[in-house]
Amino acid sequence: MDLLEDLRSHDIDVRAGTSDDAVDGRVPRLVARPASTEQVAATMRAAHAAGAVTVVRGNGTKLRWGAPAPELDLLLDLGGMQQLLEHQPGDLIVRAEAGMPLADLQEHLRSSGQRLGVDEPVAGTTLGGLIASNASGPRRLHTGTARDLLIGVTIVLADGTIAHSGGKVVKNVAGYDLCKLMTGSFGTLAVVTEATFRLHPTPAASGWATVQVAPDQLEPMLERLCRTQLAPAALEIDAPPGESVTIGTLIEGTVAGVPGRLAAARAEIADHAELRDDLDWPWRYPFSTDGTQSGLKITCRLGAVATLTAAATNLGLHVRGSAGTGVLYAAAPSAAGPADLADALTSLRALAADHGGSVVVLDAPRELRGAVDVWGPVPATAIMRRLKEQFDPARLLAPGRFVGGI
Amino acid sequence: MTQAAPITAVAARLRSALPADAVIDDPTRLATYDCDGLLHYRVSPALVVLAGSADDVQLAVRACVEQDVPFVARGSGTGLSGGALPHADGVLIVMSGFREIREVSPRDQRAVVDPGVINLAVSGRTRPDGYYFAPDPSSQQICTIGGNVAENSGGAHCLKYGFTATHVLAADVVTPDGERTTLGTTAPDAPGYDVLGAFVGSEGTLGIATEVTVRLLRNPQSVQTFLAGFADCNAAGAAVSAIIGAGIVPAAIEMMDALAIEAAEAAVSCNYPPGAGGVLVVELDGPEHEVEAELAAAEHHCQEAGAFEIRVAADDAERQAIWRGRKSAFAAVGRISPDYIVQDGVIPRTALPEVLRQMDELAAERGVRVANVFHAGDGNLHPLVLFDEKVPGQGDAAEDASGAILDLCLAHGGSITGEHGVGSDKAKHMPKMFTDDDLDTMQLVRCAFDPQGISNPGKVFPTPRLCGEVPGKRKAAHPAQQAGLGEVF
Ligand SMILES: Cc1cc2nc3c(=O)[nH]c(=O)nc-3n(C[C@H](O)[C@H](O)[C@H](O)COP(=O)(O)OP(=O)(O)OC[C@H]3O[C@@H](n4cnc5c(N)ncnc54)[C@H](O)[C@@H]3O)c2cc1C
Repeated sequence: MDLLEDLRSHDIDVRAGTSDDAVDGRVPRLVARPASTEQVAATMRAAHAAGAVTVVRGNGTKLRWGAPAPELDLLLDLGGMQQLLEHQPGDLIVRAEAGMPLADLQEHLRSSGQRLGVDEPVAGTTLGGLIASNASGPRRLHTGTARDLLIGVTIVLADGTIAHSGGKVVKNVAGYDLCKLMTGSFGTLAVVTEATFRLHPTPAASGWATVQVAPDQLEPMLERLCRTQLAPAALEIDAPPGESVTIGTLIEGTVAGVPGRLAAARAEIADHAELRDDLDWPWRYPFSTDGTQSGLKITCRLGAVATLTAAATNLGLHVRGSAGTGVLYAAAPSAAGPADLADALTSLRALAADHGGSVVVLDAPRELRGAVDVWGPVPATAIMRRLKEQFDPARLLAPGRFVGGI
Repeated sequence: MTQAAPITAVAARLRSALPADAVIDDPTRLATYDCDGLLHYRVSPALVVLAGSADDVQLAVRACVEQDVPFVARGSGTGLSGGALPHADGVLIVMSGFREIREVSPRDQRAVVDPGVINLAVSGRTRPDGYYFAPDPSSQQICTIGGNVAENSGGAHCLKYGFTATHVLAADVVTPDGERTTLGTTAPDAPGYDVLGAFVGSEGTLGIATEVTVRLLRNPQSVQTFLAGFADCNAAGAAVSAIIGAGIVPAAIEMMDALAIEAAEAAVSCNYPPGAGGVLVVELDGPEHEVEAELAAAEHHCQEAGAFEIRVAADDAERQAIWRGRKSAFAAVGRISPDYIVQDGVIPRTALPEVLRQMDELAAERGVRVANVFHAGDGNLHPLVLFDEKVPGQGDAAEDASGAILDLCLAHGGSITGEHGVGSDKAKHMPKMFTDDDLDTMQLVRCAFDPQGISNPGKVFPTPRLCGEVPGKRKAAHPAQQAGLGEVF
């Protein structure tokens, strides 16, 4: 049976793809918009039978991330799955469909004084997209990323099998943790249809203590701040090329506790730098995420943040990110061509590797992503390939997008 | 000519490369490795290898791969689910002698350690620099980091700081095909699938960790601990709900019921509030300003919930005294019952009153008693089913009650294990929590790592071999406690 007929026979909302549906410039033959996990399973069974290359879409905000998209037969749009399924404020957990926008979830949680402890660096992110990209922002220092917060998933495999892992209790070591495998898998392993997260109470008070330092003062200042016992929610830097570096410490907590901690944070830095509390936090990536600019993610051990920052700014990149965890983002100058980007990657990758980290091209115009190695060297790719082989032997889910050609 | 048994070939291979005392096949010595902390399951391995390096581990695994012989890693053997139970025809690879702290970097908030390093040794080394390793299983004086990684171990302070998975950045492993690879990176967010996340908690079924990079946390500026006595567990539970509902995340919040208090009192004279039917141990840590505010609020919530006595520790000695009762509770149960089963289940915390009530009922129906000690903040229950093996029928009744407790946890949307793992003991319960498709999907991960199925086979996932076997019974205290080495949570 033809894929379109097959999907229609299961009452799945399906239509022909248009240029509006293009993924990374490729127009899908069909767009399916299932309304439930069962419908996603039926969709994948049909796609599997037809050998249809499939890309999963949440809200499409990070669909370009990774290696250039393949020719695709089917766009699986999770926009029809936005329901909040369960929120237990007393247990600090929430379960929702993967197509739900993160902002909608946070809005719902606000009334009970809770939040999912992740930032939203790209507006419009869905829960599924959050999991697939493991995107994070400043608060990862305190509450981690989706990796740390996801406690249960329902997934649909490439052949339509529905499977669960984890559950809805925070503490649980029964069976393999597929939540971890789904996090950061960029839609190449299985389709996440439902997710359960642990929540955090929204702090009653918060404030930034912010300073600017000369680039050569970055390391001593970070060393001081990393050693404090202030337990900040975030420790961020912003380093445009050739300018001074801004360092921001976010303090979150109780109404009674925060003022004292903020004062302590200011005292910690005031002797050494100029306090600036008027800066434009909170935070976005230093690059636009509309596909016109090249943005890198750079990771390294904590003590090398200043070194990597210096190297990147010397190459003309604008660096910003979580100096308290060793996860930075860098924007390449708009004029950078494939050769410039490749050169920057070569030198930064060597340096990051020396310091226990890596450099990945998150977003960039398609021709640039086609011209450079987006992921760079990744350890344990042999096992990763075997995982892909087990989960998606026919290579239907976003083939070629992920590390090592996965 | 008859073919030599595969295990003989493995033994010969290992003897030719390793020091004589590193390869054990003397039956008497093999028998000393026949169980872990779950004493009821006993199997002597065919061969034991004392590994001292990643090369040794790789050599042993390769020999097993060539001969298609199963292998089981063992750390300190404190596991409570039979995860390190040997395979009768296989090799037990003992990691406890492989225990050097390789590198400590306070600036990077990282340490690199051998898998046989004892959990507490890491913080012991880094505390003077102002840092510690957060996962604190109560076996931390004796269990290994490799075991912690394999079990994704937790502890009282995991409510606020997370389990082992949160605190491990990278691991060098020998995969079950005999290859060596690094999972994860020193930096967070290693690109690619989170194969490290899959490995942590896999109970030795995806290979053997030979080096682990752990995250270190800065010592908190202030720590406040208090003990609150309540008339019963419902009142104590209401206090927990109020504290958490107020947006406070304590470092630890632990509960004991009357029977557990009685046992602790008998064992260590912890001097808990007389007449208490439930006590809470609450610990708050962090920046001074915050802890002060939270302490006041938490005390207030306890009073509101009916606490008739609150004791705030004035110093470290008083803090230890408060914790002593809690930490001794498992072992102490030996004082009030000749035999007991340690259970480990999880429920959504808000279901606590209902679950405790039903647990009392199911115990009474079966003529056994249940003492309760638990991590109240995250709903991780450790019911201790008390019985006397000498009384006909009690052993069976206790086993039955223990299983029924897990069913109760599942009926409330919980889990069959929060930290002790599935191991040999609970594999048979997995189908109650997961569908066949769920389990088959987990097997895909197994197949990617261990196509031959030789890494700790028979654990975690149900196999016919385990069907109908009984849950673990514990006779009095674990040998480790008797030796004064560890306290049981
Ligand atoms: C008194 C007592 C108190 C306890 N309290 C707690 C507690 O509070 N919280 C908690 O979570 N647990 C607790 N436990 C359980 C146990 O201590 C933990 O599971 C611990 O992590 C096991 O470590 P081990 O070195 O003894 O591992 P073992 O028991 O030797 O092995 C456990 C599992 O890990 C595997 N393994 C061991 N080393 C490696 C390696 N290098 N690579 C791969 N796999 C490996 C084994 O094959 C086995 O499956 C307690 C146990 C006791 C006896």
